[in-house]
Amino acid sequence: MDTNFVVGLTIAIGGMGPALAIGLIVGRALEALGRNPEAAGKIQTNMILGIAFAEAIAIYSLVVALIIKFT
Amino acid sequence: MSQLHISISAEPIFSLGGFNITNSMLTSVLVTVLFILLILIVSKTTRKSTKPPKKYSFQSIVEFTIESFYEFVKGVVGPVKARVFFPLIATLFFYILVANWMGLLPGIGSIGLIKPVEAESTFVPLFRGATADINTTLALAVISMVMVQFYGFRYLGLHYLTKFFNFKSVMGFFIGILELFSEFSKIISFTFRLFGNIFAGEVLLSVIAFLVPIFAPLPFLGLEVFVGVIQALVFAMLTLVFINMATISHEEEY
Repeated sequence: MDTNFVVGLTIAIGGMGPALAIGLIVGRALEALGRNPEAAGKIQTNMILGIAFAEAIAIYSLVVALIIKFT
Repeated sequence: MSQLHISISAEPIFSLGGFNITNSMLTSVLVTVLFILLILIVSKTTRKSTKPPKKYSFQSIVEFTIESFYEFVKGVVGPVKARVFFPLIATLFFYILVANWMGLLPGIGSIGLIKPVEAESTFVPLFRGATADINTTLALAVISMVMVQFYGFRYLGLHYLTKFFNFKSVMGFFIGILELFSEFSKIISFTFRLFGNIFAGEVLLSVIAFLVPIFAPLPFLGLEVFVGVIQALVFAMLTLVFINMATISHEEEY
């Protein structure tokens, strides 16, 4: 197994879960926004929070890929 | 063809009595100096509220920025707590914002020295984005989580410890242990979220500039400006939410 292959595979697989998660979060948030446009501020704030948590996992896998590649 | 130079750890530029000063530390000092200059300029040119206001003065821009962020913090935690937490949160937000953006300026990462590193001469940049170094983001994360515990103890006293050592039920006990571990995992998560986003952005810009130097880096620079704002906002907002969760007493939870 070539190093570059492993690096590419790390970030490719590691990015799939968070991408799905962010899609689901934003989808539900938009649904909630459609039902209750008055709560837009609260929904938006909590959505950004949820997206940050989900994206952190993708960032972990990116950092692992970078560490494998450059050390 | 010049070599693409990417290093995951910040390179030391010089050492002061055994302590290595790295290039990201120099950039952090630059950010701090910038803020001090800003404060000095605003304090010297501020007009008292009795004089007639100038339109679009520097003072009004600064006031607008601070006030809109204060309204945002107020919207999350309410007016009473916003007064207490706002200095920490605003400092985190503005410091991380300027540190993120400083990594995009021309000269950061490109001006440097040729130094012998491990028996071969390599190019060592003199400045490097401050938040593109794990040490900086780790320090910021530790500050945030220590302040969460501090405010928790200040608002709830020793009752705050029942969040972690909950002997009311078996389930509560395990949840308490989980909460204890999650405090440490939040430090790691804060560190790597900020570091990963900013460092990955720097790598992306380096690679794009290496491959296609004309016009192609422009949309990526725009993306990095946006990512800088979002990551600073997320760091500050998550700290605020954690402090809020640590300071609500159990009676007013619902």
